[in-house]
Amino acid sequence: MDIFLQQVVSGIATGGIYGSLALALVMIYQATDVVNYAQGEMAMFSTYLAWSMINAGLPYWVTFFATLAAAFVGGILLERIVIRPVENAPILTIVIVCIGLLVIFNSVAGWIYTYTQKPFPSPFPNRPIKIGNVIFGAHDVGAITVTLIVLLLLYVFFRYTTLGLAMRAAAQNPVSSRLCGIRVGWMLALGWGLAGLVGAVAGMMVAPVVFLDPNMMGGILIYAFASATLGGFTSPGGAVVGGVIVGVAENLVGTYVRFIGTELKLTVALAIILIVLMVKPSGLFGRPAVHRV
Amino acid sequence: MTRPQTTDAPALAASSPAARAAFGFWRIVGFVVLFAVALALPFLLSNFRLFQFTLVFVYAIALLGLNILTGYNGQISLGHAAFYAVGAYTTAIMIDKWDVHYALTIPVAGVLCLVAGFLFGIPALRLEGLYLALATFALSLAVPQILKYFEHWTGGSQGIVLSKPAPPLGLPLTPDQWLYVFSLAILVILFVLATNLLAGRTGRAIVAIRDNPIAAQAMGIHTALYKSLVFGVSAAYTGVAGALSAITIAFVAPDAFNVFLSITFLVGIVVGGLASISGAIFGAFFIQFVPNWAQDISKAAPWAIYGIFLIVFMYVMPRGIAGTIRLAWARLGRRLL
Amino acid sequence: MRALLEAKGVHAQYGWTKVLHGVDFAVEEGGITTILGANGAGKTTTLRAVCGMVKTAGEIRFDGRRIEGQATEDIVRLGIAHAPEGRGTFVNLTVEENLRLGAYGRRERGRRAEDFGRVYQYFPVLRERRAQVAGTLSGGEQQMLAVARALMLRPRLLLLDEPSLGLAPLVVREIFRIVRAINRDEGVSVLLVEQNAALALDVADHAYLLETGRVVMSGLAGELRKNESIRRSYLGY
Repeated sequence: MDIFLQQVVSGIATGGIYGSLALALVMIYQATDVVNYAQGEMAMFSTYLAWSMINAGLPYWVTFFATLAAAFVGGILLERIVIRPVENAPILTIVIVCIGLLVIFNSVAGWIYTYTQKPFPSPFPNRPIKIGNVIFGAHDVGAITVTLIVLLLLYVFFRYTTLGLAMRAAAQNPVSSRLCGIRVGWMLALGWGLAGLVGAVAGMMVAPVVFLDPNMMGGILIYAFASATLGGFTSPGGAVVGGVIVGVAENLVGTYVRFIGTELKLTVALAIILIVLMVKPSGLFGRPAVHRV
Repeated sequence: MTRPQTTDAPALAASSPAARAAFGFWRIVGFVVLFAVALALPFLLSNFRLFQFTLVFVYAIALLGLNILTGYNGQISLGHAAFYAVGAYTTAIMIDKWDVHYALTIPVAGVLCLVAGFLFGIPALRLEGLYLALATFALSLAVPQILKYFEHWTGGSQGIVLSKPAPPLGLPLTPDQWLYVFSLAILVILFVLATNLLAGRTGRAIVAIRDNPIAAQAMGIHTALYKSLVFGVSAAYTGVAGALSAITIAFVAPDAFNVFLSITFLVGIVVGGLASISGAIFGAFFIQFVPNWAQDISKAAPWAIYGIFLIVFMYVMPRGIAGTIRLAWARLGRRLL
Repeated sequence: MRALLEAKGVHAQYGWTKVLHGVDFAVEEGGITTILGANGAGKTTTLRAVCGMVKTAGEIRFDGRRIEGQATEDIVRLGIAHAPEGRGTFVNLTVEENLRLGAYGRRERGRRAEDFGRVYQYFPVLRERRAQVAGTLSGGEQQMLAVARALMLRPRLLLLDEPSLGLAPLVVREIFRIVRAINRDEGVSVLLVEQNAALALDVADHAYLLETGRVVMSGLAGELRKNESIRRSYLGY
């Protein structure tokens, strides 16, 4: 029973991380109607920037917020400079551009920082927290808390502010948005900025656990996709919940189902994606798109 | 995805029938010339270059398969590495375990993938756009792991080693020259088949489903059947390409058939030109040679160069090479005729 | 009465296809002007040209300033509201969110509650349904929402694209009554594009007739109503 609880708890911890990356994906999707395949690499790159700052002697929380700012601005600049020329191109063209970005970020990170793993500090103390017979790492709890705070702020932003509403509108119906005076191009840019910011948070929460290396986000991105699919691409809250479910499922299946072991753990994520898509394509919390014929 | 798929149709429609006929004529001339050049090459190039060109033909077949599904029928697939792998391993296992003649494995690979594709196409009917991309993405991810798991058949991570076939009937060709000609022949056959398929009523139905599925259905097109069949045909083409690749490279291993390969195929059809048969050839050249050039330019970060190249290419030719040629021709046609 | 909106020699095309071939018209300040024509005459394109939604050549002046070539969102912010063809509803957002968005491009940011009050007065059914997802509204309600959303901008000029399309006669009459009230009570100038000539000529002061991208007739609405060929072709008697 204790093992079970332990796996559930650490599953929730890793799930929080998948969830925050899924959140970034969902947000970009909501704001732009495009899935940004370069999301993970952008997050990884932001984390490397943080690492450089920490190595230069800056205190952790200063670095944290500086990185968030840099990721936010970076996201906006990327959209305005790289994506804008193809904003009105067919969707697959934009996908290829995102793939180009993915490849560039990965390659440049490897070139500047080399491929050897680097440790990344956690802002949370190293003490384990013990409740009954279950051990929580302080970092795990901290990561989940940070994810939840980010989620809450985003939810409030999108639901209750005019700017958030304008962003949602711009993604759903750019033509009508223009007729309301909304500068659609800048809404897209803002969406990228926010997603870059959330990605940076995810990266900095993950790095202490898996160690920093240019390919660190690859596998996590897949789990993030699984989480976003499960939760629904139209629901930010769903993405985080999806992340938790994926994290827990991954751990439980890895522990209790004999023939899976650690190699096929990825297959768990995929099975989730496929099953959810077959049964309920819009995810647990997503709203299916309304089509008026 | 709610973004509308824009086509080149309006631009072409605005050009005169004479211009379109001229375009068709010159296109056929172009193909004939290319074919003649292709036949001459085995006697001019080194064995290694021939090997590379043979791979271009193999990729072209795979890209044509993906283009039929994604370009003409609008179903996005990030999972075609799976069908490529099925084709490759079918061939490898048949040759390695049962000593089947390599030429016979190809139709088997094709039929197997036709069925597999059709079967995958049925649940895929429920998915569209982003969600279909994700499902096929998941398929791509699963394949290397599944291949490694069934070690007894697939040789696990080590893969299966094959030997290059000798030219038949004692023809005075090197194995590389023979494989080149063999692949070229299969390429031409499959291209002609595809052209016929896409030119007639079937082709129009397929495109109609892409552009407006509801209207297509209302017109009496059996959308579900067509979409699944197209998936099957697309998988068959890619499976045949996979089989050919196994024969050409004489080796199969699970890690070669990963997500990255699926993404490479997608890059190939977008760069070559969606909904275009000639686009498959352009795309195949791109995915075979550009990574090598990128490496020549920068040893340290070759993929960064590749990425930059991709992005700039999309700025300059958002419709791919074939699409840009079509548009340029249409504009030229309006001016001259 | 001076012209709030003036168009001179406007050409417009979608890609390679030219739709407007040198169109001239004007909307008087405080008045209702209508553009009539059959399907495909270019009426919707005309409104789109004013809003910068289509490639145009020629001169378009709003309040004396040239606006052709500017981005749609900038033109809207000058005080031109457009209830487009097909309603343009944000189908996944609620009625209230749709209305809030209408006010987004306004110059004066405050007093939104007042605007909601005014708009709900004109369209009480929208107040009832304000928390409902807009995509579930009926066609008539969505048309009302489109006009209401345009009103939230506090526009000086209101562009209406075929408000009667696909709606029951009773609903249409109601909408036109409200349009007249808006024009009379708030001084909003209206440019109305309509296929239903009888209704349009009833409510408008000035009228233009468009045929395959060209203005073939113009004048006071009352005169056009009496015109023989218009009666035969567009009024049915």
